[in-house]
Amino acid sequence: MTEKSKNKKYSSKKNNKIRKNLLPDSIIRFEIRISGAGGQGIISTGMLLGEAISIGDGKNVSQSQAYGPEARGGATRADIIISDSEIYFPECNKIDLLVAFTDTAYEKHSAHVKQTGLIIADEHAVEMKMGTAKTLDIPFIEFAKKKFGNQIVANIIALGFVSSYTGIVSKGSIMGAVEDKFENSKYLELNLKALDFGFSLGKKYFKENPLTA
Amino acid sequence: MALNRTTSDGHPVRFVQGNEAVVLGALHSGCRFFGGYPITPSTEIAEGMARELPKVGGVFIQMEDEIASIASIIGASAAGAKSMTATSGPGFSLMQENLGFAYITQLPIVIVNVQRGGPSTGLPTKLAQSDTMQARWGTHGDYTAVVLAASSVQESYEATIRAFELAEKLSTPVIVLLDELIGHMREKLILRMKKDIKEIRRPFPKVPPEWYFPYDIPNDYTAHPAPFGEGFRYSITGLVHDRTGFPTSVPSEVIERLDALREKIITHRKEIWNWKEYEVTDAKYLIVAYGSAARAARGAVAILRKKRIKAGFLELKSIWPFPDGPLMSAAKQAKYVFVAENNMGQLIHAVRENIRHTINVIPINRYDGHPLEPEQIVYFIKEEVYGHSTV
Amino acid sequence: MGTQLSEIHEYLRWRKRFPTVWCAGCGDGTIMGAILRAIHDLQMPQDSIAFISGIGCSSRMPIYLDFNTLHTTHGRALPFATGVKLVRPDMNVIVVSGDGDALAIGGNHFIHTCRRNIDITMVLINNSIYGMTGGQVAPTTPIGAIAHTMPYGNIDPPFDAVELSLAAGATFVARSTTYNIIQTTNYIKKALQHKGFSFVEIISQCPVLYGRLNGMPDPVDMLLWQKEVAVPLSKAKKMSPEELEGKITTGIFRDEIRPEYTEQVYALSEKLQEKSED
Repeated sequence: MTEKSKNKKYSSKKNNKIRKNLLPDSIIRFEIRISGAGGQGIISTGMLLGEAISIGDGKNVSQSQAYGPEARGGATRADIIISDSEIYFPECNKIDLLVAFTDTAYEKHSAHVKQTGLIIADEHAVEMKMGTAKTLDIPFIEFAKKKFGNQIVANIIALGFVSSYTGIVSKGSIMGAVEDKFENSKYLELNLKALDFGFSLGKKYFKENPLTA
Repeated sequence: MALNRTTSDGHPVRFVQGNEAVVLGALHSGCRFFGGYPITPSTEIAEGMARELPKVGGVFIQMEDEIASIASIIGASAAGAKSMTATSGPGFSLMQENLGFAYITQLPIVIVNVQRGGPSTGLPTKLAQSDTMQARWGTHGDYTAVVLAASSVQESYEATIRAFELAEKLSTPVIVLLDELIGHMREKLILRMKKDIKEIRRPFPKVPPEWYFPYDIPNDYTAHPAPFGEGFRYSITGLVHDRTGFPTSVPSEVIERLDALREKIITHRKEIWNWKEYEVTDAKYLIVAYGSAARAARGAVAILRKKRIKAGFLELKSIWPFPDGPLMSAAKQAKYVFVAENNMGQLIHAVRENIRHTINVIPINRYDGHPLEPEQIVYFIKEEVYGHSTV
Repeated sequence: MGTQLSEIHEYLRWRKRFPTVWCAGCGDGTIMGAILRAIHDLQMPQDSIAFISGIGCSSRMPIYLDFNTLHTTHGRALPFATGVKLVRPDMNVIVVSGDGDALAIGGNHFIHTCRRNIDITMVLINNSIYGMTGGQVAPTTPIGAIAHTMPYGNIDPPFDAVELSLAAGATFVARSTTYNIIQTTNYIKKALQHKGFSFVEIISQCPVLYGRLNGMPDPVDMLLWQKEVAVPLSKAKKMSPEELEGKITTGIFRDEIRPEYTEQVYALSEKLQEKSED
């Protein structure tokens, strides 16, 4: 193969084709890591996402998390593995999707993201970009404070965003999971609004900066 | 709209941790007493029981230590309740003395050990399978253990239910070995329907108190001491005892008692054994594993079979008494048997005991607190397939 | 058969289990009699009694008694009893324990059971020494006394079991001696009637080990020693610390009502069950 043809292939249109869904048609294994600081709702975000994909969308999912000292002092994480077969190894190895809420989390985990993977990070987290993975910086915490006056819903906004931007979970399922969790809580409405906001935000971003294959 | 949490055939579905699955399994088995002490990574079981037991008229108590925890559940069992505790390595060590008490007095209890790395405080938040042998030999004296295992959230639920069934049926302590990974991991769990849950309970004496011998040795060797307060006033003691329950040191009676305790487990071994075979019929390379190591082993077989290497896997869902029958049958075609464990090599001793004279038994171990990866097992097996002979 | 014997006879497993392991002159038999008389006086049905012990000379007692008996591991009688009581709140749970069993190996369980105020009656038989293992120092051996593991005189300060139980929160606390067995029987009776954790310490004698090592080999000497050192609480209050040196105060130290543990456990359960029925 000549140099020319190689280049030609590299820049072929096919590679720029817009993908509607981050998940490949046949998921052999897809790894998601949600990371951030203690108190940001990282574990519950992981649980909600895992539950929505597992029970809601009916896929094989296992979700695990860091415990103990590792989970304190500003760095906590939840791993979600999706697979079309049984999940043999339930921790992240090569991350397909990283959601990072803090700079520590971004620095710690971005190196494990696949080249073809996607990083969605809170704006503050990404001061110095690393690696080749596509990175989006979205000010989830800022949005939560401004739009809802409560930064606690930043993770729910992110859930909505992830769901509409990447398509890894259906809107119905993630809504169902959030609804079930806050069933008898006075925060149900707040969370549903935040989720919806995140969902629209993800759609908007997708138009401006879509996923490509 | 809320998520649909039932399967098409009506089974409730949950997305929960292995530890939470244990709680559900225990409640579905009719467990009504939990005495425990917090310890990572088993604490969610105690927390779940504290939340749920009072709602069904059961009793939860947090005791002052693990010695008291197991003592309280044996007391509860003597009073007739299905009872359990949950712990991890250090706590399991503390329970060993009274484990022997439950064994010799034939009082059914269930102990869940969510294993973590050791020795000593070790790795509290990381997985290990390093209590494999402690579960078998931990208590002093000659002891025959009944130990079940689980490699997924679903199996944690099933193993807990099975543990209560066996404990009540055999009137003996039953241990369930999970590990940190399985205990803390969330997966889909399909619950049994109420109508499918057959609650097994130890039989009540069929004779009047004056004819009653609590520690008679029947044909199946199993004594079922009557619950306290039902009119059968008899003696329970940790001393070697005769059929009335009173201490004895008459040599013939001692032998009779110790033999009966062992025979009880051995004669019921086929009922206790639980295993699953993966591609074993023509397997030249057989993997043996339980718990979280079993997940990696299943993955390894999938990878190796794609490469046309005749690998198979025998998953043990019960480990003591050791399922030697299933091992012999699965290893019929095997040239090599690999024992994959998250420890420095424990289960392998039992495998070697049975087949070392005919088949090469090779250990695959990981003990850094992380689960075995399928590729790690594949690497070791490939080394045997191509390694020494072809280099 | 005299009336004294016949009234306790029906509570004994006399057909099967006698003679006892206890040495001649031991206080354990006297105290067993006192417990049985208290039970008899209160007309407690035998089936309603769970009699539980750990390991030691005195802990052999359940073997001889016709109740629901549970002879457990060393020091652990109280947590076993806690399990029984929580499952069968209607039963009368009695624990008998020696000083080593209750205060050394079982010390942790002892203070925590006091703290919970669970409705268990505990009789502590304090003979100041380890009897079954053959005369080693106990957490109750007085300073200077000889034991086989303190051959040059004890240097380990002893526990005062009454003070310990009071501090830990027991709601009925009394102390008596085998010498004054009528008082002992009365205290046990009161303890059995008490709702909550009740604790009776009985100063007993081990002439064969403690007595022999400490100049009182005759049981009578030991009983006379008890008579000499025992000071009723009312009298002790008027005495100076110097006068109380080497004395043992007897009497009822506390008798009060606090919420009982089992009742609270079941009240919570009932509340939650009603809620789930709504």
